Amino acid sequence: MKILTWRGTLTTAVLGVALIYLIPTVFPDSWPHKKINLGLDLQGGMNLVLEVQTEEAVETTVERTIHELKNELREGNIKHNGISLDSNNSITAVVTGKDNIDGFNRILSKSFNTLIIVSTQKQGETTSMLLKLPDQERDSIKKMATQQALETIRNRIDEFGVSEPDIRIQGENRIQVQLPGVTDTQRAKDLIGRTARLNFQLVDETGDVASALKGTPPPGDVILYQTKIDPRTGQTVKTPFLIKKRVLLDGSSLTDARVMIDSQYNEPYVGIEFDRKGARIFERITGENIKKRLAIVLDKTVYSAPVIQDRIAGGKARITGNFTTEEARDLAIALRAGALPAPVKILEERTVGPTLGADSIRMGILSMIVGGILVILFMAVYYKGAGLIADLALIVNILLIGGGLAAFQATLTLPGIAGIILTIGMAVDANVIIFERIREELFSGKTPAASVRAGFERATLTVLDANVTTLIVAVVLFQFGTGPIKGFAVTLGLGIIASLFTALVLSKSMFDFFISRKKVSTLSI
Amino acid sequence: MQFISNDINLNITGRRGIAFAFSLTLIVISILSLIIHKGPNYGIDFSGGTLVQVKFSDRPEISDIRDGLNQIGLTNSSIQNFGPIEHNDFLIRTSISEMAGEGFSNAISEALKEATGIEPDIRRIEMVGPQVGKDLRKKALLAVFYSLLFIAIYISGRFEMKWILSGVTAGALMTAVYFLSIFNMSMVILIAVAIAVTLVLFWYLKLKYALGAVVSLIHDVIITVGVFSILNLEFSLTIIAALLTIIGYSLNDTIIVFDRIRENIKQMHKSDLETIINRSINETLSRTLLTSLTTLIVLFSLYFLGGEIIHDFAFSMIFGVIIGTYSSIFVASPILLAWGKRS
Repeated sequence: MKILTWRGTLTTAVLGVALIYLIPTVFPDSWPHKKINLGLDLQGGMNLVLEVQTEEAVETTVERTIHELKNELREGNIKHNGISLDSNNSITAVVTGKDNIDGFNRILSKSFNTLIIVSTQKQGETTSMLLKLPDQERDSIKKMATQQALETIRNRIDEFGVSEPDIRIQGENRIQVQLPGVTDTQRAKDLIGRTARLNFQLVDETGDVASALKGTPPPGDVILYQTKIDPRTGQTVKTPFLIKKRVLLDGSSLTDARVMIDSQYNEPYVGIEFDRKGARIFERITGENIKKRLAIVLDKTVYSAPVIQDRIAGGKARITGNFTTEEARDLAIALRAGALPAPVKILEERTVGPTLGADSIRMGILSMIVGGILVILFMAVYYKGAGLIADLALIVNILLIGGGLAAFQATLTLPGIAGIILTIGMAVDANVIIFERIREELFSGKTPAASVRAGFERATLTVLDANVTTLIVAVVLFQFGTGPIKGFAVTLGLGIIASLFTALVLSKSMFDFFISRKKVSTLSI
Repeated sequence: MQFISNDINLNITGRRGIAFAFSLTLIVISILSLIIHKGPNYGIDFSGGTLVQVKFSDRPEISDIRDGLNQIGLTNSSIQNFGPIEHNDFLIRTSISEMAGEGFSNAISEALKEATGIEPDIRRIEMVGPQVGKDLRKKALLAVFYSLLFIAIYISGRFEMKWILSGVTAGALMTAVYFLSIFNMSMVILIAVAIAVTLVLFWYLKLKYALGAVVSLIHDVIITVGVFSILNLEFSLTIIAALLTIIGYSLNDTIIVFDRIRENIKQMHKSDLETIINRSINETLSRTLLTSLTTLIVLFSLYFLGGEIIHDFAFSMIFGVIIGTYSSIFVASPILLAWGKRS
């Protein structure tokens, strides 16, 4: 009699590895430090899918190009009758006179050779041209914007302090953010979703806000609002400002942003610091515009528009705006982490509160235990001794799924628990196929040993064929599913592999063991 | 213990006319229900919208909840009890999906507290934008289609050694669907046509086993979807997962019968195909029913104890297992006789 069969050894080894991987789940912080991760639907938390408005990143680039183009034209003393941003992010440039047209073309080919001329229209002396960025360039801007948005969001979340966040790009311009255990979802969303584009722009004090509100604002100006909550009535008051479009300085020159408390009013504000270049620019603009109002514009909202009293050197400024300490802290985080290259839109949000998650785990495990015990009892009653072998295989099966989940660092979701429960029902199937076959062989008059051999031999192929197809389904589900569904596919797939292993290796070796020990005349099946 | 004796011999294939009529009736009813209800009742996963699960510490009036929702502009929302009434858990659904970005959870919590006077606990918020819903619908349909095709390849290969024929056919179908899906075609129509083409092709190529399996799988899926439609239950991502699992499960049963047919064809050269198939179904009947029984045991445990969120999933699985067991006995194998009684 061989005690050390290859099947027995293999079973012991696999079970041993599975148990080792399960240690950290039961006793946290122990070797090998791989735990079963709980999905957001079980531990609570937030799942967001954001879409980066990449077209706006292209728009920003085109706007900057127009700005640079105008500068170069001015420096080259070339006159134009207007260069503007069109719909579809193309540029329309109107130039009159041969000299100007030649000069324009020269600058275009010298410094802006990435732009392609889509069409040229001549009307007498005047030429109007339609320019645009090549598609390749647009695509790469979009790709960069998504990539950069991902980095920025990651930085913000790191500073916000979420343990084990999962942030990844989904498709072309979508970002999936998973924040386990986050309870203040509103705050997290505000922090992630805010573009945080900080601009310093002058207030146009010559223009009339009231008439601009009725008609169109003067050229080069834009109407932006400051929102304030009236402390007495609690109502939000929106004050319109006529702001010059030209951005004098932006948030990209920031080196630091911190929450400070105003000693006079005891109000929090965000103190910002510029880098050397930014500090120089800030000094210059404050020096050139004394007694004018400089607006601090964040995401197209005016935060404050103080009158410049004096030239400000040293590169420091403050953003005030009736913040709570928390708001000021989050704004500082967003400014430190940098602006998003383009605004993001929340496409999908799933938030599960911690109490619901705990309920789901409790009920999931309860139904798993009850279902499992019922199946175990049924198998023991129906197949007696052989049923006990199937029951042992079933328990090992669940341990293997658990070990597998931990080893692959897979995420257990509520549908995942359903997958395990389903596997309990289906795991015994492989054994049922084999046992039924053995019974058939016994019925046809074979000896117990021969029946067992024939039963396993014939049933093996059947079991394999039947399970491979379910495995195909699990793989397809994994490929096409998202979040919780993926979790279901993982446990289903693991369950199938585990049940194949337990039925074909573990059950077989146990049958061999019992049959070889004594000359059995009857089989408990 | 034994429920079904080893020498059982029911005439199943002989009654296939009754079974086909029964199945056809169920399919017609399902499709009629889908037409009357104007397609499946898509949950927010597929239609886009917002779902809020809120638990109150005391019993609120539904009309108060509605008043609170009206105040924040959620005028067209459905409110329903979720789980046992004494849990005071409610599910609020609205087709609006743009709210979530702007202080939504705080706003809804405050509005509900004001209207009902009871402290609400926002337990779950799911917001799916219309675009995402559309994408998910597309993915789900593709998942169903691809699993059917891969399964068909595997069966044709394993049972008839027609790996290449089935592989090339399925590959061509997949490529066609891929290219057609780029043009903004309605995914539902595209997949329906693709499946119809698949069936016709398999018929002409005489991929019998694959056709039998795929027909019975489509049978199971249509009827399960039909039951969902009749009961007006919601279609969510988890239900798609359940449907795919039913496919895998029902196939499992079907393959075990096919496997026995393949084995018996080798041993019983003299018998005609109908006898062989009937014999094979009878021989595997005990196993088919036993496995369905153990699976149903755990599914019922999940249905009664698993909590409200998993309820519909468990229900669709229970129904699917029953219909899948039926189809692998009465539909899949008898279809092999469609090409004549000679093996």
